[in-house]
Amino acid sequence: MSVVITEPNDHEHEHHEHDHHDHKPKGITRWLYTTNHKDIGTMYLVFALIMFFIGGAMAMVIRLELFQPGMQFVEPHFFNQMTTVHGLIMVFGAVMPAFTGLANWMIPMMIGAPDMALPRMNNWSFWILPFAFLILLLSLFMPGGGPSFGWTFYAPLSTTYSGDSTALFVFSVHIMGISSIMGAINVIVTIWNMRAPGMTWMKMPLFVWTWFITAFLLIMVMPVLAGVVTMVLTDKYFGTSFFDAAGGGDPVLFQHIFWFFGHPEVYIMILPAFGIVSAIIPTFARKRLFGYASMVYATASIAILSFLVWAHHMFTTGMPVFATLFFMYATMLIAVPTGVKVFNWVATMWRGAMTFEVPMMFALAFIVLFTIGGFSGLMLAITPADFQYHDTYFVVAHFHYVLVTGAIFSIVAAVYYWLPKWTGNMYDETLGQWHFWCSLISVNMLFFPMHFVGLAGMPRRIPDYALQFADFNAFISIGGFLFGLSQLIFVWVLIKCARGGVKATDQVWEGAEGLEWEVPSPAPYHTFETPPVIK
Amino acid sequence: MAQNKPLIGKLLLVTLAMFGFGFALVPLYDVFCDLTGINGKTAAVAATGDNAIVDTSREITIEFLARPNKDMPWVFKPEVHSMKVHPGEIHIMNYLAENPTGRMIVGQAVPSVSPGQAALYFNKIECFCFSQQQLAGGKNMLMPLQFYVDPALPAQFNTITLNYTLYDVTQAWAAQQPQQDNIGE
Amino acid sequence: MAKTRSIRWSLPTLLLAASANAAAMPLNMTKGVTEISQEVYSLHMLIFWICCVIGAVVFGIMFVSILLHRKSRGVQPAQFHESTKIEILWTAIPVVILIGMAIPASKTLIAMDDTSAADVTVQITGSQWKWHYKYLGSDLEYFSVLATPREQISNRFAKGENYLLEVDRPLVIPTGQKIRFLMTSDDVIHSWWVPAFAIKKDANPGFINEAWTRVDEPGIYRGQCAELCGKDHAYMPVVVIAKSPEDYAAWKLAEETRIAEAKAAERELLAMNMDMTELMANGERTYIAYCAACHQPNGAGLPGIFPSLAGSELILTDKTAHIDIVLNGKSGTAMQAFGRQLTLKELASVLTYTRNAWGNDTGDAVQAADVYKVQQGEGE
Repeated sequence: MSVVITEPNDHEHEHHEHDHHDHKPKGITRWLYTTNHKDIGTMYLVFALIMFFIGGAMAMVIRLELFQPGMQFVEPHFFNQMTTVHGLIMVFGAVMPAFTGLANWMIPMMIGAPDMALPRMNNWSFWILPFAFLILLLSLFMPGGGPSFGWTFYAPLSTTYSGDSTALFVFSVHIMGISSIMGAINVIVTIWNMRAPGMTWMKMPLFVWTWFITAFLLIMVMPVLAGVVTMVLTDKYFGTSFFDAAGGGDPVLFQHIFWFFGHPEVYIMILPAFGIVSAIIPTFARKRLFGYASMVYATASIAILSFLVWAHHMFTTGMPVFATLFFMYATMLIAVPTGVKVFNWVATMWRGAMTFEVPMMFALAFIVLFTIGGFSGLMLAITPADFQYHDTYFVVAHFHYVLVTGAIFSIVAAVYYWLPKWTGNMYDETLGQWHFWCSLISVNMLFFPMHFVGLAGMPRRIPDYALQFADFNAFISIGGFLFGLSQLIFVWVLIKCARGGVKATDQVWEGAEGLEWEVPSPAPYHTFETPPVIK
Repeated sequence: MAQNKPLIGKLLLVTLAMFGFGFALVPLYDVFCDLTGINGKTAAVAATGDNAIVDTSREITIEFLARPNKDMPWVFKPEVHSMKVHPGEIHIMNYLAENPTGRMIVGQAVPSVSPGQAALYFNKIECFCFSQQQLAGGKNMLMPLQFYVDPALPAQFNTITLNYTLYDVTQAWAAQQPQQDNIGE
Repeated sequence: MAKTRSIRWSLPTLLLAASANAAAMPLNMTKGVTEISQEVYSLHMLIFWICCVIGAVVFGIMFVSILLHRKSRGVQPAQFHESTKIEILWTAIPVVILIGMAIPASKTLIAMDDTSAADVTVQITGSQWKWHYKYLGSDLEYFSVLATPREQISNRFAKGENYLLEVDRPLVIPTGQKIRFLMTSDDVIHSWWVPAFAIKKDANPGFINEAWTRVDEPGIYRGQCAELCGKDHAYMPVVVIAKSPEDYAAWKLAEETRIAEAKAAERELLAMNMDMTELMANGERTYIAYCAACHQPNGAGLPGIFPSLAGSELILTDKTAHIDIVLNGKSGTAMQAFGRQLTLKELASVLTYTRNAWGNDTGDAVQAADVYKVQQGEGE
């Protein structure tokens, strides 16, 4: 967008200072009762960080057990609980809340709205979340342990053959779902109704666009997840047989319903990342985003295609050839809009004037590593080859490239990018670069060799493996521990920045454009109470 | 804000509709299976077989598999392992069931045909799998299956495997006796 | 491309230097031993190289841009930000490449879906955590269970060469013939995978799935269960031995004779009384092989999932019910009907063992005849 006029600027400035002192409650009640989008955004982000470390600790247990062949530290049953809860926490507890936190903080500021449209619902949608995860985590301490059927909870392993904690698992997923749906409705209503005068659809920053589309995906698929966990619950406890052949059901039906949710869910975790990268690359290249309109269309087409490809997770279940071909072609097609995005980012960089602060470094790493994840995704789409890749470490490598170096790297980039706006202080650039380089090297030590291990034939979700995989697994585990340790630098940077540092300017970054950079740093408690006018 | 309400209403409606859609996928999937033969599901209702024309130029091998599930103590076997049939011919195949335990057990046989698409052309006129079967302890019985292969079976299929998995459904049967007839659905 | 290759080869050398004794891991998908598996391999390599080329071009341009278009070199940013022509171009080119990938992929997929008549058909049934093979049109059927000793898993013994990839009784198939596999499952979903044949097919409870292969090379081919199927998912390997048709026929005949003889021996056993020491020794061996995965070696089970046998009320108070549950399983739980899996001798031994181990001091010796009686529905 070209010229932005916030009027009347000076007056509003004073007004904010005034508010700042008068209306911000103190102590714990500020956080419990808050309806302020910035407070709620902060809480989401802190919650996601805590969950990231809890889920990460579980990953460390997994890597510790896999360090050597044989059983050393945990029992296979506990190992399965770790893989299951690690997946659930990272997906629903870390990545999704982190994006929701960023949406809360940034969307109102980007579209010139004073707050989210439904502030009280916003408070609710955050505060039910800790309870959902408390239930999930406490279920690990039940006799028989927590859920151990993988985050995909395939029936009948999750029904007839699961432990007593399944009811808690279902309950906790229901709460997570309700929270996400409320968050999504809030985002849609905010974007639909609260854009400042002149903020037309095609002037919205891409982060807003991608979140708008993500929110639609959320309200369309989270209810399907709620439905399928409900069926698991009734199959297990109330004698229905949706997935039990003995009663006329079909276990493969579970997978169809689950992946009808599950595939769009994957895009829920990556579309906002596209928005973030589309904000960061132009800023640090000091050049406008190339192909804004095509970016919007590409995002929308990825979202639509995501509803037509679910069965590519199920090629080995025995589908008729024509269905297999359909899902293979549809899946391959997704490479086209995704490719357009990557090309647009590269074109944005081309003949720019780049600098390489931490957000830019993470965004560049995102482009390369996410694309590698995309390549392995394309390979997985090729059905005959998928028969060899399916359920091996090749798949594990694929989705960790997409979700760790994709989604998580983008979230980290976003935090570095907007942190000066949130705290008013610049983060420590040297420490940030350390964080980046340590993460980059260790994450590739962790996930890159998994491609080879998978191709060599190691199945996923096993606590013990044949001797030929031993050296690679030891190496992978070392990468895993280093990646875990590297994230402690991140916490250090965050705490340091929250406590003080070089004062940030309002614009923060030389090339930054957009409404969020028009307000002071740190962003006052209330912003845009008088809507800005965008020409 | 007032203008939010209609939008929230619509979005909630979408949410509810999608929750319903999740459940609607259950019958939709069955329809889809009937049309495409996913999982080799066969029709759960009887075919008539009246108007089938016998095609003596082709011979199809039918293989019969019968498998009591691991927690089902019945002995359950087809009379022969396989037979050759002409499409359109009506045949009867008997399955022997024996309950070696000392208690009454209710069994439900679940059919599955491979290759999946061939299931669309395998028609059952009468089948013990349409309903639950009761067998007292120490008793045995013959369970008949009357079937024909649709002459429209595409040429690439020359072997059809019919598998029955027999489940012990005594508990479910005891719990909901009035509706036992519907279980083949 | 050269770059990719150097990465692929330098990693393992680095790792092998660290520990010299472990077997070298192949770094790529296996070519396998069937026509289909080789097609799959070529397809995999084709897509791989296409991805490498695209990656080299895209990342190449990106790195050139990073090198040249940096502010520290004093460049001024350009102003262009849109070009419909270019957008259409880089939408169209990937579509063409994708079509190029889709054609061979579709061909291989259709070749895999060959429904012509097979020479040998084997029914494969997965259950927690073993495979069962049944040769159609024959009485030959048997379970195939992990053969790696528990002591190796718990690191008390040194691990053997085929650690976790060895079974007591492998599947045997003839070379040069079309073998058809029919997969199904007794409990949860399993997936039967032999990389050398490029076969991975889910075994779904209540339904059958089909796959086929034609192996020309005699040899031993190893694989694993690929779908998470519970606690011991890591411990249900697949081993297939391909023999020449003559060797296969000889093997099959020997197996069929052995099964017939074992059945005859069972009858004799009914009249015999085994002594307590023998029963307990046999019983412990059987228990470790078939029961300990769930009920644990110490009989304590896993609370909330697998019930404890030590001090179990059913065992201590009702001998017939105990025999019945082992013979016939328990509906709706993971307890299988072992009457079909074990011999009378093994059943009698394991029953005696569980009735007398871990403080279950019933003092009962269960004999083959007792088991037979319950099996025939004549329990008291």
